[in-house]
Amino acid sequence: MGGRRSFFVVTMMAFGFAFLYVPILSMIVYSFNESRLVTVWAGFSTRWYAALLHNEQLLDAARLSLRIAVVNATGATLLGTLAGLALARFGQFRGRALLSGMVTAPLVMPEVITGLSLLLLFVALEQMIGWPAGRGVTTITIAHITFSMAYVAVVMQSRLAVLDESLEEAAMDLGARPVKVFFLITLPIVLPAVLAGWLLAFTLSWDDLVISSFVAGPGSSTLPIVVFSKVRLGVSPEVNALATILVLIVALGIVVAGVYLQRQERRRERDVQQALAARG
Amino acid sequence: MSNTRPEQRPEAGPDGTEPYVRLERLTKKFGEFVAVDDVTLNIRRGEIFCLLGASGCGKTTLLRMLAGFEQPTSGSIRIDGVDVTALPPYERPVNMMFQSYALFPHMTVEQNVAFGLRQDRVPRAAIRTRVAAMLELVRMREFARRKPHQLSGGQRQRVALARSLVKQPKLLLLDEPLAALDKKLRQHTQFELINIQETLGVTFVVVTHDQEEAMTLATRIGVMNHGEIIQVGTPTDIYEYPNSRFVADFIGSVNLFEGRLIEDEPDYVRVAAPELGGVFHVGHGVSAAPGATVWVALRPEKIQISRTAPDGAGDNRVAGVVSEIAYLGDQSVYLVRLATGRQVRVTQPNIVRQSSAGRLTWDEPVWLSWEPGSPVVVTQ
Amino acid sequence: MRRWSLGAGRFAVTAVPALWLLLFFAVPFLIVLKISVSGMRLGMPPYEPLITWASSLVFELRVHLDHYAFLWQDPLYRNAWLNSLQVAAVSTLLCLLLGYPLAWGIARATPAWRNLLLLLIMLPFWTSFLLRVYAWLGILKNNGLINNTLLALGVIDRPIVMLQTDFAVYLGIVYSYLPFMVLPLYAAIEKLDQTLLEAAADLGCRPFRAFLAVTLPLTWGGIVAGSLLVFIPAVGEFVIPALLGGPDSLMIGRVLWEEFFNNRDWPVASAVAIAMLLLLVLPIVVFQHVQGRTPVVR
Repeated sequence: MGGRRSFFVVTMMAFGFAFLYVPILSMIVYSFNESRLVTVWAGFSTRWYAALLHNEQLLDAARLSLRIAVVNATGATLLGTLAGLALARFGQFRGRALLSGMVTAPLVMPEVITGLSLLLLFVALEQMIGWPAGRGVTTITIAHITFSMAYVAVVMQSRLAVLDESLEEAAMDLGARPVKVFFLITLPIVLPAVLAGWLLAFTLSWDDLVISSFVAGPGSSTLPIVVFSKVRLGVSPEVNALATILVLIVALGIVVAGVYLQRQERRRERDVQQALAARG
Repeated sequence: MSNTRPEQRPEAGPDGTEPYVRLERLTKKFGEFVAVDDVTLNIRRGEIFCLLGASGCGKTTLLRMLAGFEQPTSGSIRIDGVDVTALPPYERPVNMMFQSYALFPHMTVEQNVAFGLRQDRVPRAAIRTRVAAMLELVRMREFARRKPHQLSGGQRQRVALARSLVKQPKLLLLDEPLAALDKKLRQHTQFELINIQETLGVTFVVVTHDQEEAMTLATRIGVMNHGEIIQVGTPTDIYEYPNSRFVADFIGSVNLFEGRLIEDEPDYVRVAAPELGGVFHVGHGVSAAPGATVWVALRPEKIQISRTAPDGAGDNRVAGVVSEIAYLGDQSVYLVRLATGRQVRVTQPNIVRQSSAGRLTWDEPVWLSWEPGSPVVVTQ
Repeated sequence: MRRWSLGAGRFAVTAVPALWLLLFFAVPFLIVLKISVSGMRLGMPPYEPLITWASSLVFELRVHLDHYAFLWQDPLYRNAWLNSLQVAAVSTLLCLLLGYPLAWGIARATPAWRNLLLLLIMLPFWTSFLLRVYAWLGILKNNGLINNTLLALGVIDRPIVMLQTDFAVYLGIVYSYLPFMVLPLYAAIEKLDQTLLEAAADLGCRPFRAFLAVTLPLTWGGIVAGSLLVFIPAVGEFVIPALLGGPDSLMIGRVLWEEFFNNRDWPVASAVAIAMLLLLVLPIVVFQHVQGRTPVVR
């Protein structure tokens, strides 16, 4: 590899990462700006954080979003894990193509279509059987579970695909029934993937604006809906403060996870070396 | 078929009782593909039975049907008098040692070995003693608290063995048990495996593609090809009395000559082989019509090579020229070109340390000869 | 078939998620299809029933195809559709041009750096999409970061209008979807056997030709996957054109949204959705199906 080429790659990387992070950093910096005019620097201040803490509309929306995201993540993880298990482990069963198609389709479906179709379903259901009565938290949660379970299913399917099937066969061979095999062997081994799926579903729900907008009712405005209506009117320093807090939480979570993973990796390496040394 | 080879021992007991494991007309199809084709096989109590064949010959499918992971398309499996064909793996008195060992990565060595006993709700104290005894047997007791990734390949193999033996299965299935070990460790482990089997008296069915492994481990070998069992016999039977060109060629190396039966007596036959440019005089009878096309299999180590013509009559000897020599240390391999153009492979043990002057060399004219008891005639 | 494994457990494991998706994902499309051929009316719901019962035995089926005809005739929809395709295609290409060197650099970094850089690529993905698009508002405004900086440096004497332009939409899409391009590319490049490039060099191939002859074909899968992951959602994108684009930068997702929320015309919104499905999702599903069947030449 010539020096010129790697110079090109390094330049592109520097540019790429700057591109990704300058907007986030600018948001963080401006969240500490005294001025209401966001982009004109008028000195350091934390007043927008204080304002955020007293903005009941944003706080209520955040609480609602959190509640929906947790319920959604749990439901989506349950359903998605079942679907992933069926796709990865049950071989060719009748209806496999249908299930597989329904699991991948939400991933490529434009959000506006998913949102519209779910709303029309809820309206039709209400007309026919009276449920769900109106739109609100329930309809948002159902909608979120529907599209995020697909992501979980894909995560689980790909994790199970690389899990040595003979582990499950060995457990069965040693006398464990299939349900027990799942809980004693499969689940503990793929637990990290399950957690990753849960977090993914949580984030998707927490972040969703378009689908929620379609299926939300009066009084069930999630955080993205409120933020969207605010920023549509222009830049808002409180939103900067909110964004900063969210970025910091995510960054902290990722750093903790990263450190934990690195420690595990190191321990693993040490173990392997120990095993090689104690070989006999 | 040749018919004067040693009688195969009867598979049923002398009193006519049923064999320990009986596979009857077992067939497994995956769609159109026939993985196992109408196999009938008997396995005796306490033996090490090796299923030997190239990859894709159906040996693993056969093993998985014994374990219960695959349902046969047709046919039945009986173990110790009980029909287990429809039983799920968790209800069969059979355990398996997997090629990948399949040790549960989130459990310690001890927990891995105890897993099977826990499923049977064996009392805790009994589990502890039996696990300890089993780990002692495989010399892994001091590693009881380790996780699988903290073990070397050989140690993992021993844990897998302990885990599959601790339930005292009626039948232990081993899928390529030594394939993941390096060569030195493999040779050592072969004998260890035999020792453990003799200590416990458990019946082993081993699947392997490695003929050396099969020859070392097995009391009997079943050679498989295209889903069928071609020949069943002791390692000696299989090597010395192959029943077909396939088996002769698959086990060890062999010189095969096509020929025509020209003399057929009860205690000997003569076969004219155009490629040899001479006649084989074979010291056993053959059940084939005179004039039939047969094949003569002659192992390289059973051929004498000499500079001077051997004494005696004209059969079982041929002249040629050395075309290739490979010195392997314990033995030398010669390729000798006959007048017909056919190459014959000959191996000679290097009994005496030879100076390079005494050795045969390239393009040297030589004579090949063999005893009437050495070649085998196969008809298929 | 395994006789013993066809138990009720297996059935339940398959049936529960399948029924959920059937009810909440598949059935809704039938309803969308139905409403897209229903007549519009004032009221709630704002569409006519497809089937009206004249008596208990005779019913009247009224199919309105006029919404589709309307989509075809009104240049607004055609332009919005073509504009969406163009914006998505250009953004995908830009993502690829920026993402490939990024992915290459990450894949060829030392393991410690590689993990850190991957984390940095994924971190924005875990933070709010909406807020990240919003961040550009503060940068692109007339008195935003860029204009203020350039004005202060004296490069320009009048702010450049960047917000509410197509440029801002491209920027927003590339920015938001870059991680989706980088990750599959990284996976493909990381798998690439480095000795292949060494072999190419050994056989006298210059680096750039080696890139064209070896690297590019072997990472093609990653390029296709990444491009689809960017292109498909970009076509239907709503938030980015709504926040960064001008009133005239029409994209099909935004048209659907406005048709639905502002005009309350459910049948036309449904027709737009069905048209999008047929014109976007269907070709891609077919493409992937064909791609999956073609044996990969190695």
